[in-house]
Amino acid sequence: METVLRSRTREVVISIDRPFVIIGERINPTGRKVLAAEMKAGRMDRVKADAIAQGAAGAHMLDVNAGIPAIDEPALLVATIKAVSDVSDLPICIDSSVMEALEAALAVYEGKALVNSVTAEDERMDRILPLVKKHGAAVIGMANDETGISMVPEERLAIARRIVDRAADYGIPREDVIIDPIAMTVAADPTCGLITLETMRLIRNELGNNMTCGASNVSFGLPDRATVNAAFLPLAMHAGLTCAITNPLVPEVRRAVLAGDLLLGHDEYAMRWIASYRAEQAAAATK
Amino acid sequence: MSREEEIRAGLFDHTLNGHAPEVKALTEEGLKLGMDPMDILFKALIPSLEEVGRRFEKGDFFVPEMLIAARAMQGALVILRPLIAETGAKPVGRYVIGTVKGDIHDIGKNLCVIMLEGAGFEVFDLGVNTPPEKFVAAVQEHQPDVVGFSAFLTTTMPMFKVNIEAITKAGLRDKVHIAVGGAPVTEEYAKHVGADSYAPDASMATRMAKEIVGDRSEGSQGAKALEQAVMKIDETLRKG
Repeated sequence: METVLRSRTREVVISIDRPFVIIGERINPTGRKVLAAEMKAGRMDRVKADAIAQGAAGAHMLDVNAGIPAIDEPALLVATIKAVSDVSDLPICIDSSVMEALEAALAVYEGKALVNSVTAEDERMDRILPLVKKHGAAVIGMANDETGISMVPEERLAIARRIVDRAADYGIPREDVIIDPIAMTVAADPTCGLITLETMRLIRNELGNNMTCGASNVSFGLPDRATVNAAFLPLAMHAGLTCAITNPLVPEVRRAVLAGDLLLGHDEYAMRWIASYRAEQAAAATK
Repeated sequence: MSREEEIRAGLFDHTLNGHAPEVKALTEEGLKLGMDPMDILFKALIPSLEEVGRRFEKGDFFVPEMLIAARAMQGALVILRPLIAETGAKPVGRYVIGTVKGDIHDIGKNLCVIMLEGAGFEVFDLGVNTPPEKFVAAVQEHQPDVVGFSAFLTTTMPMFKVNIEAITKAGLRDKVHIAVGGAPVTEEYAKHVGADSYAPDASMATRMAKEIVGDRSEGSQGAKALEQAVMKIDETLRKG
């Protein structure tokens, strides 16, 4: 199954048979005070710098979120997407749970966007899926519903299936639904990691849809998150994860994805691995 | 150092490090030696959990360490609960807490529950995705000193305002202190929506709650809160 996303000039294909796709997570004001203040003031310098840096670090797509409390989110999201598009040709993942913001962003986006996200809540599905269909976009479906997040992989699979089915009802092809099996921190419950991995295996085998997740969630509340995140990614890739919203500027994460691709047979003759190594050597030499 | 002093020190250290079997054994030994259950609780266990909170605030302790410390303390509470219940002691204060409607994030909220119960509060945890009317009903029913709203998303934070309006409309605004918290929440935003206070983490939320209810004598603390604590901590740990 192949999910194709596009900017005006670039195409990204997500598939279990292809290299892993990194969706850069940095353009998000939540928890980033300076970025939030600048975005609020309409200054997009840091947004642009983040877009360029993530692209250079190997991001294939960029997540764009403009969720600042008490602000005109539709207008800000549109402005942020425009700023990102000025400096980057990577396809965009439009990240908001405000309907009006999604609508405004989809209306101005040139290409095929990924909408982040819909849950299996009826009300959310029935509002967001028609919008996704109207704009020919793809959508991330989170495997939870109004009852919360199940800790039983089979139940998360059933919830994911409900989203895929509802999307089909609205005429959205199966390949345009990317499932988020939901990663939660192992700091609160040591079984969380395994439950997520098992959910991925089930979804890969039973549904075959592409999968993404907020990969950095797994290490919340722990020290040295980079190492935990980096260990999680190849495990998840083997379980069926085909893209992730994560930070490519963290060297451990970037290298873990490259090594995972290499070990899973998605880097012929290790050319990307070697090229990355050389680039790092060269960068170190010029410091 | 007398054996009783050693036991207090040992309970403090072992709770801090989350050593449940040692905490249980020392509690049993202390009781056998005739130590007062309230003494064990307020001079060893609660100070230890407060130290856990301080370290967490400073960034020296991490989430799992907070959880195992609470679990260790819970082992002692199981033993102490029936003994303290006999004395008919009262909780430090009452606290109603929940994650707002539309939001199902609960790690931060659960940590607050653990810390508040550890500090002797009777906590009414409304869980996640809590509609305003449920908060109003809980404030009416339990008459808490504080009601706390947790939100993890910028899109669910506006529920603070909706909740506060609902509480005001029900004529309860003067009767309860309103605290808010959660990852994207700021002091400024808390003021903006008309909350009384904002806490950046569970430990701070607990310290502020204690300030709100004021210092009360040791004798008035205990029983019911502990009974709840045993069940709630257990439940929280199971849920993660």
